Amino acid sequence: MMFTIFRDLFRSRGAFAAGVVLLAFVLLIAAASLVSPYPPNDSFVVAPDLAPSWPPVLGTTSRGQDVFWQLTFAIRNTLLFGFIVALVSRIIALVVGLVSGYAGGFTDRVLMSINDTFIVIPLFPILVLFYFVMRERMSWTLLALAMACLGWAYDARLIRSLAMSLRTREFTDTALFSGMNTRQILTQEHMPYVLPIVFSTTMNNINWSIGLEVTLSVLGFTDINTPTIGVMIYWANQHTAMVAGIWWWIFFPVLLVVITFIGLFLLAVSMNEYIDPRSRLSRVAT
Amino acid sequence: MRGYSIYLLGRLSQFVLVVFIGINIAFIVTHATPIDPVEQSIAAATQFGSTNPEAVALMRQSLKELYGLQGGLWDQYVTFWKRVSVGDFGPSLSAFPTPVRVLIARALPWTVGLLLVSTVISWILGNLLGGLAGYYRNNKVLWLAGIVAMAFHPIPYYIVAFVLLILFGFVWPVLPISGGFTMNMKPAFELTFIASLFKHSILPVLSLVLAGLGGWFMGMRSLVSNIVTEDYVTYAELGGVDSRRILASYVMRNALVPQVTGLAMSLGAIFTGAIITEQVFGYPGLGTLLVSAVHAGDYSLVLGITSVSVVAVSVAVLAVDLFYPFLDPRVRTTG
Repeated sequence: MMFTIFRDLFRSRGAFAAGVVLLAFVLLIAAASLVSPYPPNDSFVVAPDLAPSWPPVLGTTSRGQDVFWQLTFAIRNTLLFGFIVALVSRIIALVVGLVSGYAGGFTDRVLMSINDTFIVIPLFPILVLFYFVMRERMSWTLLALAMACLGWAYDARLIRSLAMSLRTREFTDTALFSGMNTRQILTQEHMPYVLPIVFSTTMNNINWSIGLEVTLSVLGFTDINTPTIGVMIYWANQHTAMVAGIWWWIFFPVLLVVITFIGLFLLAVSMNEYIDPRSRLSRVAT
Repeated sequence: MRGYSIYLLGRLSQFVLVVFIGINIAFIVTHATPIDPVEQSIAAATQFGSTNPEAVALMRQSLKELYGLQGGLWDQYVTFWKRVSVGDFGPSLSAFPTPVRVLIARALPWTVGLLLVSTVISWILGNLLGGLAGYYRNNKVLWLAGIVAMAFHPIPYYIVAFVLLILFGFVWPVLPISGGFTMNMKPAFELTFIASLFKHSILPVLSLVLAGLGGWFMGMRSLVSNIVTEDYVTYAELGGVDSRRILASYVMRNALVPQVTGLAMSLGAIFTGAIITEQVFGYPGLGTLLVSAVHAGDYSLVLGITSVSVVAVSVAVLAVDLFYPFLDPRVRTTG
């Protein structure tokens, strides 16, 4: 089932195929970290400030690190970060969205008020405040958890709107009359219907969390000893790489993260169009 | 009229809730963490040279008072709310003895101005182009605009700002890349000052517009292309109504309603984007203030900016919500 959808998407949508290719490229670079000849945090393992050549393919940093191998660790951690945030926040969004849509009434109103609050609140100052009080104890996992707790609201609203229409469908009544409890109805009956949209929101959520992580790291507001894309740019800025003409130290991380963003985004958009019944109809018509 | 007041009441209570939860998160973040800001400040102050224990004890006492950390958790909570409600966050430690309130009041107009200009430009431009692209589907130029919007949309604010900084600061240095106006210039209502103000705002505004435009464009395009297939549009077309009029008052006006809701819902994210952009370009607003406050270890200032941000964004959302009924007559009549 999943495979046929995938094949269908790959054939019919240029955007989906392009997204898959871009992401495969990024994942390949991340996987290369496994065979890196240098540990991620060692500095001065190669001559500093070498321009891209063969080797080193992407040049070296002022800290004596090979940009390419540094990049493999950075993108791996960045992707992992986005994945953890997406996973945890998906669980919150699913619970809130499904319960709110199914229960309706008072529960729905309370949950959605809280939900809308989380949509509106400016997250960046709060995350900065969080870093400010944590300081040295700030770690990569802690930031991921904090962001997951703050970044579920938009998708919970989407899931809720879907769950609301599912509640009025006949099979929900059938399930109810055959003695299923709320938890069973939500997980066994409704969940399969919302999973496609959860998949597409996951891509957007990963994009969002990577974007914020890069921002916070570039400012130095995270654990700067775990290499991520943002941390790489942070160190480049610390060594004023742009002014010193070491452009490859900044250019390649930015390029790679932009490729990641576009790849994830293309997947989300093409999934969305695929799910949307209206565009599905127009596809059948042509 | 009754429908309007019910709507108003709902929006107002949502506003109160946003402020309440936002301020509570700020309280929890500052109080539930294992790190004591008082000890941190003392550690920073006594880092250089020795200090006698009596002075440290005195300092601890006054810092506790300053940060509102005296008494039990409930007392601290009440103190916290008292301070937020009157906007008193005490003096700033890094710019002693200037009150935090004054520093924030100085930075806020810059942020509001930047945010207002860039949001209005990107919202109007994105909706206009998106509407046209949804209506005239076979236009090559609009199709190309769609591709560009799609490519720019997923790139976060920081990266867009950073790339512009590199392009116009290093590769082709034509625009000022830092500050709100030329250094040492006296702020006055003169042509040279306004010109400098304008020149310095180009890059921050441009990067915010570029980062925001794609979302509005794509949202509007898909809304319009759905509305175009509705029966009443076909009817109007068959009835010989001018196509520009169909687009403006039959299609776009209906599509604008969800876009206004979208604007209210994304203001928090746009605000985040603006303060990030400010930091990149050294624009003298809240974002730059926040980052320098963190680097200076200024607890009251960081807390003050966070609280003010929550309140300011909620006010902006409320303002958009109050405008909404003028666009959607259903809100006014139902109830």
